[in-house]
Amino acid sequence: MSLDVNKNYDMQPVLEFKSSTFFVLVLIIYSNDLMMIEQKLREKISQAQDFFRNSPIILDVRELNLQEHEIDIIKLINLIRGVGLFPVGVRGGDDQQNLHAASLFIPVDMSQSTTSAQAEIQKAAYSSRPSAPHEVIKEIVVSTATTLISQPVRSGQRIYAPGDLIILTQVSAGAEIMAEGNIHVYNTLRGRALAGVQGNRDARIFCSDLQAELISIAGDYKTSEDLKDITPKKPVQIYLQDQALIIKELI
Amino acid sequence: MARIIVVTSGKGGVGKTTTSAAIAMGLAKRGHKTAVIDFDVGLRNLDLIMGCERRVVYDFINVINGEANLNQALIRDKNCNLLYILPASQTRDKDALSIEGVGRVLEELAKDFKYIVCDSPAGIEKGAYLAMYYADDAFVVTNPEVSSVRDSDRMLGILASKSRRAELGMEPIKEFLLLTRYDPNRVESGEMLSLEDVQEILSLHLLGIIPESKSVLTASNAGIPVILDEKSDAGMAYADVVARYLGEKRPHRFIESKKGFLRKLFGGK
Ligand SMILES: Nc1ncnc2c1ncn2[C@@H]1O[C@H](COP(=O)(O)OP(=O)(O)OP(=O)(O)O)[C@@H](O)[C@H]1O
Ligand SMILES: [Mg+2]
Repeated sequence: MSLDVNKNYDMQPVLEFKSSTFFVLVLIIYSNDLMMIEQKLREKISQAQDFFRNSPIILDVRELNLQEHEIDIIKLINLIRGVGLFPVGVRGGDDQQNLHAASLFIPVDMSQSTTSAQAEIQKAAYSSRPSAPHEVIKEIVVSTATTLISQPVRSGQRIYAPGDLIILTQVSAGAEIMAEGNIHVYNTLRGRALAGVQGNRDARIFCSDLQAELISIAGDYKTSEDLKDITPKKPVQIYLQDQALIIKELI
Repeated sequence: MARIIVVTSGKGGVGKTTTSAAIAMGLAKRGHKTAVIDFDVGLRNLDLIMGCERRVVYDFINVINGEANLNQALIRDKNCNLLYILPASQTRDKDALSIEGVGRVLEELAKDFKYIVCDSPAGIEKGAYLAMYYADDAFVVTNPEVSSVRDSDRMLGILASKSRRAELGMEPIKEFLLLTRYDPNRVESGEMLSLEDVQEILSLHLLGIIPESKSVLTASNAGIPVILDEKSDAGMAYADVVARYLGEKRPHRFIESKKGFLRKLFGGK
């Protein structure tokens, strides 16, 4: 603590508005079957519990409305809260859904709402397109921009990237890095690295020195026990081929 | 501008209190008004190593609770009048510390002192958290063994994410490595990690290597920080650490065993 900072203590500001951007998951609902939605949500969450715990989400019901599947938005919101997520917004809702969301103090994104006129146009466009057959829900991320880390990832720290993850520093034993996309570590990887955590089997891990405790792609993993024959300090890539995790030297 | 230094490690018994006493004395000896605070509430060790245990009347918790003011609780060191000790309470537990209370005491100290050294308790619980929360600089005390290195790594993660500087998005805490109880013979025989091993895992700026030394125990039994034993290897190593921290360039010593050193001298292998 420095003196000049201390001085501010006496007249510490009470608040400040700052604009910032952050990732929020968008939950797109394709079905009005509440039971199925709950079951699928629980499945997804169990794959990355720490990530999803109390995670804020925006609920997107546009697809549902375009297909004229009716849904009780209040029940849906309560269901989502019930599985441990925090709905912080609704988009693509019709007037009545928006009203219901507002009654639960959930902000409504009007710019994305399905007003009647818009809906007509879009419905016309959609009717010529086959609807997604089996998918009940699907998450997408507002921005799948790459996450860049330039501070060492120390033991006990965890990082989750909704897109690709690039790490310029070392990842210590006891640290955990996860990405829905690819992982690049331009340094020594000693901790656990999990790529494609939402099931992307095309995700890869690249690192310049593989000494990991665990590597995983879309749930297929190898532990340090399986990696003991890997030469350290050699850049490698790791990918899935016919259900098998392949580790290949890059140069 | 006062600077707050936390001496921390995660793992217990690695030499935090020894280091806190030594560097606080070193900074004061070089003309900087310095306070050293014992955050190890319930144990009280620092006052023993500083040899002021019989002069403790009020403590850190008393000041936090408003039962005494700072001037009543601070003990001036018997060897250096620029050094003051704020002892821990032996009768309370760490729950008596609060983040606001610690902040108030540090703020008041910062008006008057150049350096404030916080001797952290072991672990990563509340006491260690409060000791590091307001820090500007961290001396990460590590012994050359796997568990100590791992705990230091963990503590570095906490410094980087849970400190006041991290929370306010300020410039991060400056982290320095202090490798203590280094025994080159045991490194050579493979019983201990080498400096290179530790650096490879932690990659931190090395402030100094403190050799394993009998002088540490002798000094702490006498209640005199080992840095005042200017002829001892540990004393010299701590003096180097203080000089480097203040910006001087000094080569590292005490890395090689005497055997290794002789071997090198005579060109043998
Ligand atoms: N360089 C050294 N050489 C020999 N012994 C040392 C050295 N440094 C510390 N010690 C001894 O190690 C023991 C622990 O030291 P110290 O109390 O400073 O550690 P600590 O990290 O503060 O412990 P705690 O976590 O319990 O607070 C003491 O007995 C001390 O004398
Ligand atoms: Mg101690």
